[in-house]
Parts: sequence; structure tokens; C-alpha cells
Amino acid sequence: MKVLVPVKRVVDPYVRVRIRADGSGVDIANLKMAMNPFDEIAVEEAVRWKERGIAEEVVTVSIGEPKVVETLRTALAMGADRAIAVQTEVAVQPLEVAKMLRAIVEREQPRVVIMGKQAVDDDSNQTGQMLAALLGWAQATFASRIDLSDGEAEVAREVDEGIEVVRVKLPAVITVDLRLNEPRYASLPNIMKAKRKPVETLTPADLGVDPTPRLEYIRFEEPPKRQAGRKVESVRELVEELVKRGVI
Amino acid sequence: MPALVIAQHDNRRLDPATLATVTAARVLDSAVDVLVAGHGARAVAEEAASVEGVRRVLSSEAEHFANPVAEDLTELVLQVADGFDAILAPSTTFGRNLLPRVAARLDVAQISDVVEVLAPDTFKRYIYAGNVLCTVRTKDSRRVLTVRTTAFEKAATGVGSAAIEEVPAPPRTGLARFVRREVHRSERPDLTTARIVVSGGRGVGSKENFQLVERLADVLGAAIGASRAAVDAGFAPNDWQVGQTGKIVAPELYIAIGISGAIQHLAGMKDSKIIVAINKDPEAPIFEVADCGLVADLFKAVPELIEEIERVKRERSAA
Repeated sequence: MKVLVPVKRVVDPYVRVRIRADGSGVDIANLKMAMNPFDEIAVEEAVRWKERGIAEEVVTVSIGEPKVVETLRTALAMGADRAIAVQTEVAVQPLEVAKMLRAIVEREQPRVVIMGKQAVDDDSNQTGQMLAALLGWAQATFASRIDLSDGEAEVAREVDEGIEVVRVKLPAVITVDLRLNEPRYASLPNIMKAKRKPVETLTPADLGVDPTPRLEYIRFEEPPKRQAGRKVESVRELVEELVKRGVI
Repeated sequence: MPALVIAQHDNRRLDPATLATVTAARVLDSAVDVLVAGHGARAVAEEAASVEGVRRVLSSEAEHFANPVAEDLTELVLQVADGFDAILAPSTTFGRNLLPRVAARLDVAQISDVVEVLAPDTFKRYIYAGNVLCTVRTKDSRRVLTVRTTAFEKAATGVGSAAIEEVPAPPRTGLARFVRREVHRSERPDLTTARIVVSGGRGVGSKENFQLVERLADVLGAAIGASRAAVDAGFAPNDWQVGQTGKIVAPELYIAIGISGAIQHLAGMKDSKIIVAINKDPEAPIFEVADCGLVADLFKAVPELIEEIERVKRERSAA
């Protein structure tokens, strides 16, 4: 079984982004970048399938600026076999990303596409579902447990009410949630090995997709600030304050 | 053309998230229809018909809509979509799962987690874990939106009497099927709609210690939340998670215990009316958003707090 793992290069989630003074965008030049943490979990799961003999090949793909190759190297160091970089200077959005991934799926013919449930930069939570829709495949989103068997996957999904278990037919798109696994750190020998693994470079045009976004982000602003309140000295004072404000 | 709201429900009652979504839809368009797909969900359709501002309810009954999968529900939405130029669902796991599948099939760029409708084509939403508020304009003539339910008032129920129309259910796609749901049964209020939320973080230290958070919640009649760090550490189940990747809450009172206040957590609770933080680290970022901060060891302060609240309640009932 071949597995495809799309990964996104994002600003490191522990770095705070700054809005340009004129409100025209977010300044991410020179910020530390990382693989979207949810995608890291997806890479880990795919690599575990390979280690257990369930998957024969793990192919990883990333779409974005030329530096996505660095992010792909991380996935290769974790254990992916080869990588595809779709390079564009356009800030691509989920629908166009899903269309490019559909073209990659048609070339590569994986049985499973596994990816993060959302990217921590735009927080859209769309791409996996859109890809499944475009392919006419089943989708299992927000996975916290995946059991692959012949032609099917049983997936425990993290939903608002608790856990929902679904069975989906393969091929399928699976998007992963936090508790699926703990991604490994790549070892130094594996980082060195990853440098020799193949990375193919493509453009959106090669995939026949126009990357132009449909959504215009026209203004960026700081969210309304909360006024930091005061510190109280004791539990008794805290309770008095809450009683005064009428909440307890 | 009217707007369509996809109802979230459990075949017995309309989820309050749907009511907030109706309010958002009404800002877009004066005519709002609600689609109720269910099994034995007549009561839900009737409740939807009574919601303020709803013009018409589309009801679709089928066995496979008892616990519908997105694959099957999408086919139903597409069947009725032609009559609408805006399709909305709450930004809950239900709506987040379903709507991008619909949007892609309609070739529409979805706008997720809308917090404000500025114009029929212009919306506000957060990116970067709530750190940046964006104004987004779509070039698509049709709009597909998920709605942050804490950002809109809930539409009133029991006021209208919209017509209910039956819509035949498309057959199962056979791509996916529901197996079971493991719900954490609890007498406590629902996290997303509770008036008071008590949340614990990594500082709580262990699953056993979380009982302290639970005791405080029970004294207050509150729902329980947790930070991602606490969930990751296995102290609390994931459906308690508040934050960028968990639930968004906006209660009247939010009590953060042993939570440092990572931006990812603040994204999920900073619209709470009053925020209380108890943390032993005076430099913890949670204090920057807290209305009331107490620098203290939580293992000392929380039992004291429980005692004090019980005392206040006793005095109140004696008075």
C-alpha cells in the first residue's frame, strides 16, 4: 500500500507573529518555520505503518515557497521515502491546495492520504475534506486511532461529544488529531540519510491548477485587547470580588 | 436568494450551535431556510420551524441520517443547494467535517469560523490561534461559511411557525458508515454553553489531581475544561480541551487553574466575560488576560476556594 502525506510549512507555533503596521499582512519574514504540528503526527503514523509492513511506500508532498523542501527533508528524516515539492510564490488557499493534491493523487495512486486536521497558521480545517470530495473518496477527520484492514479503515474521531467511531472504505483521506501518536525526533543518521532521498520539484502549472486564491485577505488587525485586571491577595478576596460581580 | 443553515441536532433537540448559525445567516439574508436531516427527527424540524427568522424548514428523513456521515449528508446538501447562494453550518466538529466537502463539490472557497459578517461577501475571522483578526472578501458569488457560535447570539425558539417541507433522502454513498459514539456521560453542563467553566492545565500535575478541578466545578455547577498541555499529558479527555484545536468557549466566568496561558489556549477562552486565574508563577501570561489573578499554589488555594464558595452559599441560603 502506498501512502501520501501532505505537509505544510508554517510559522513555528511557539513564535508570535506580528501584523505589519499598515494592516496589509502578517510579517513572517525571518521567523522560525516548522512543519505544521498536525502534519507531523500524520507523517509519524504513516512511517509506523511502513515499519509494521502495512505500507510499502510513504510519499510526502508540500506546496508553497521553494523552502518547503526543508520541511520535506524533515518528513524524509522521520522516515518518508521520497518527496514532491510543488513550488509557488502564491499564498495558496485550501481549495486550490486540494486541487493540486488531487492531481498528485491521480499520478501517485495512493490507497490512503493522511494529513493534519488543520494548519496552525490559517486554522481553516478544510483541505482534507475538500480533497476527499474532489476525489469522491471517503473521509475520516480528526482521527485519534486508526485501524487499517483489508479495504477498510476503522477510525476513532475526536468530536465535540467525545469519540465517534466510523468505518471508511479505502481509498480514503484521513485527517489526524493530537492524540493519535507522539511524533519522533529524527536521529542524526536519519537526517543525513534524508539528504540523499529523492525530492521531485513541480509547479502548479505542471499539475494543471491555477493557484490564484479566491479569498482576498484585505485587512489584518490585532484582536480586541483584554484589559489585564488586578491581582488579589487571597482566596477570600477573590470570592468577595466574584460575589460583587454577581457571577457566583 | 435565501441562505441555508445545516442543522446540528441529536434527533431529539436542535443543538444551540444551530441557533447562533441562524443569527449569522440572518445578517446575510432576510430569508433563512434550515435543513434538518435525521431519523425520527420530526421534533427537531418543528423546533427549527419555531426559530425566529426561519422562513422554511427542509426535512429529510432516512435511516442513514440517524447518525449521518459527511459523505451521505453532502449528497443531500448538494441536492437542495441550487436554491441558495449562502450555505452555513456551525463551526463545531459536525460543521467542520461536513462543510468543506460541500464547498469543494460546489467549487466554492469556504470561509471557516466566521466571527462577524461585514457585508454579503466580507467577513471577519481569526488566524494564527486568535492572534490576528482578518477581514476576508470572497470572489465567489456563492458563500459557504462555518460560524463561530460564541460570536453570535442564539436566535429565539418558539416564536415562528415556518413551513416544513419534506425532501427525499439520496441513497447511501456506501463510502463510510457510523459505528458507535463513545460519549462521556456527565451530569455537568455542556462545555460550550455553560455559564461557568473551570479549566485545569499542566500545573494540576496528574489525572488524580484533576479531581480537585472537578470538585470546584461541581460546587459552582460549572463545566470542566482543560488546556492542551493537560490533555496531552493524559490528565483530561480531549473533549474537555479549550483552545485553538479544541473548543471555543465564552462563559460568564472562566476559572483557569494551573494554566500558563499559551496563545493556543487563550484563543479558546479570551471572550469569556470574567476570567479568573490561579497560578503560582506570577509571570504566567494568563495573568495578562485575567480580570482577577491569584498568585498561589493551586493545591492550597483551590481547596480554600471550594470552602469559601460553600460558606458563601450556606450564608446565602441561611439568609
